Amino acid sequence: MTIGLSHYLTVAACLFTLGMLGIFLNRKNVIVILMSIELMLLAVNINLVAFSYYLGDLVGQVFALFNLTVAAAEAAIGLAIVVVYFRNRGSIAVEDINMMKG
Amino acid sequence: MQAFVGYAPMLPEIVIAIGAMAILMLGVFRKDVTPGEDFGSGWLTVMVLIIGGALILNGDGAREALFDGAFISDAFSRFSKLLILGAAALVLVMSLDTLSREKLLSPEICVLMLLAVVGMMLMVSAGNLIALFLGLELQSLALYVIAAIDRSKVRSSEAGLKYFVLGSLSSGMLLYGASLIYGFTGSIDFSVIATVAQGQPATQNIGLIVGLVFLMVGLAFKISAVPFHMWTPDVYEGAPTPVTAFFAAAPKLAAFSLLVRTLLMGFPGIATQWQQIIVFLSIASMVLGAFAAIGQKNIKRLMAYSSIGHVGYALIGLATNSEAGTQALLVYLAIYIVMTIGAFACILSMRTADGPVEDIDSLSGLANKNLGMAFVLAMIFFSMAGIPPLAGFFAKLYVFGAAMKSGLYTLAIIGVLSSVVGAYYYLRVVKVMFFDESKVTFLPVVRSTGVVMTLAGAFVLLFVVIPSPLVDAALEAARSLHVATAAAAR
Repeated sequence: MTIGLSHYLTVAACLFTLGMLGIFLNRKNVIVILMSIELMLLAVNINLVAFSYYLGDLVGQVFALFNLTVAAAEAAIGLAIVVVYFRNRGSIAVEDINMMKG
Repeated sequence: MQAFVGYAPMLPEIVIAIGAMAILMLGVFRKDVTPGEDFGSGWLTVMVLIIGGALILNGDGAREALFDGAFISDAFSRFSKLLILGAAALVLVMSLDTLSREKLLSPEICVLMLLAVVGMMLMVSAGNLIALFLGLELQSLALYVIAAIDRSKVRSSEAGLKYFVLGSLSSGMLLYGASLIYGFTGSIDFSVIATVAQGQPATQNIGLIVGLVFLMVGLAFKISAVPFHMWTPDVYEGAPTPVTAFFAAAPKLAAFSLLVRTLLMGFPGIATQWQQIIVFLSIASMVLGAFAAIGQKNIKRLMAYSSIGHVGYALIGLATNSEAGTQALLVYLAIYIVMTIGAFACILSMRTADGPVEDIDSLSGLANKNLGMAFVLAMIFFSMAGIPPLAGFFAKLYVFGAAMKSGLYTLAIIGVLSSVVGAYYYLRVVKVMFFDESKVTFLPVVRSTGVVMTLAGAFVLLFVVIPSPLVDAALEAARSLHVATAAAAR
């Protein structure tokens, strides 16, 4: 069996879904949410690189590089906000993020 | 030197980015920076925004594409950018006093606002998926931090955290959609995507449509259309009021412009598919915006649901997929922004000797104490409810007119009905101000806030007399987009 484009896309779709489920089902910890977000962005990268290879077009890989950079910036900002939140609230449990209803 | 001349259409963005860097450096190297008081970074920021606006006005609005079509400058981007810059400058002017009183005014917040504005301008001009993504992220990353800028308050950091988590989720969905679109069309360029999508029969476009749905979900988060609006009330309530005013005005317009340009330039061939989604988002937003706002006690939460409702009305313009619809959308957004800024100028002025208050009840009897402010707020709320002859009525008239022209009668009828329901909660605030017993006394309105309040009130009242500058500019902007789309289709 050769590994084709559809296999890569399936892996990426699974990772993406896992990331999304991680955000919605997780009731414990905000750090896990940050990890889930990272997982989603990396799933997109697999998609982009696989498409880029099979289309024979470099643009997808350029996109993936931009994506990596932005994901790093996003993680940094997310962690900074979590630190600020922890200083104020003394907890980063998801069920404690309830000062405002909604 | 010759190499740089080609970058002229991008000059406003470059100038604002350099201005942001300069203010950042000043903030680092000046010794006299304390929270709430510094070298006048707020006014410097306003100046940078005005210079950017002047540079855009100086351009002729002819269509130009830079960097292989990644950056498009045309009448549409010109219109949106001017509105974004104007909204950002007005919000900053009216909230400088509040920011410095709450010890929030620092070079950091000014730099972040400028960078967010640059991100918005790039979004408006985005001509391919990478530019779309980078502009959106530049804007969003700056906004996440601005929402959590009040580091000592748990509400502000909670707003920042919620905004960050849901915003990143939406960015992830948008990116996943972008990757699928790239994969199934082989290009990231909107015009090439349009050609490829047009050449294929609809059954072969399934991958592309799935990608487009993900992309639209991501953008629907940013404009806070139902059912992707969950973050809006909490972020509006938790973030400091000047920041909320900023969020309600400029980013919404930028995300809207991005959505319009993406759909009209990139996917005219599968318009029937995306129109269904837009119609659904529009109806859901209008209905939820009308009903959920009724029980609100906090005025910032009320404004959040009100903005969700307005997003629904503006989406009607996009759902028609016509030039008149795009024009109506732009007119609607421009009027919405002015009304929002005016309303927030009043909310910023709701402060007592003990500090700012946000309850609707504290507005009671305002007419006896400060008739001017009560009058402006009443005019703005009447206008938001769509009562003639105020500006908000014409905004709704244009979108409903465009919907009727395109045969979207259901949409127009639901819009009219939900605006009747929505009128209830706007009028309730007016009733509280004019007919209830006074409870609290507000401090006098600060001059800069008062000026913005008056300007917004005057616009809302006088739009009926001279509507043509705005309406004509919106028509020109809409035409530039639709002409480009028609040319690409040929």
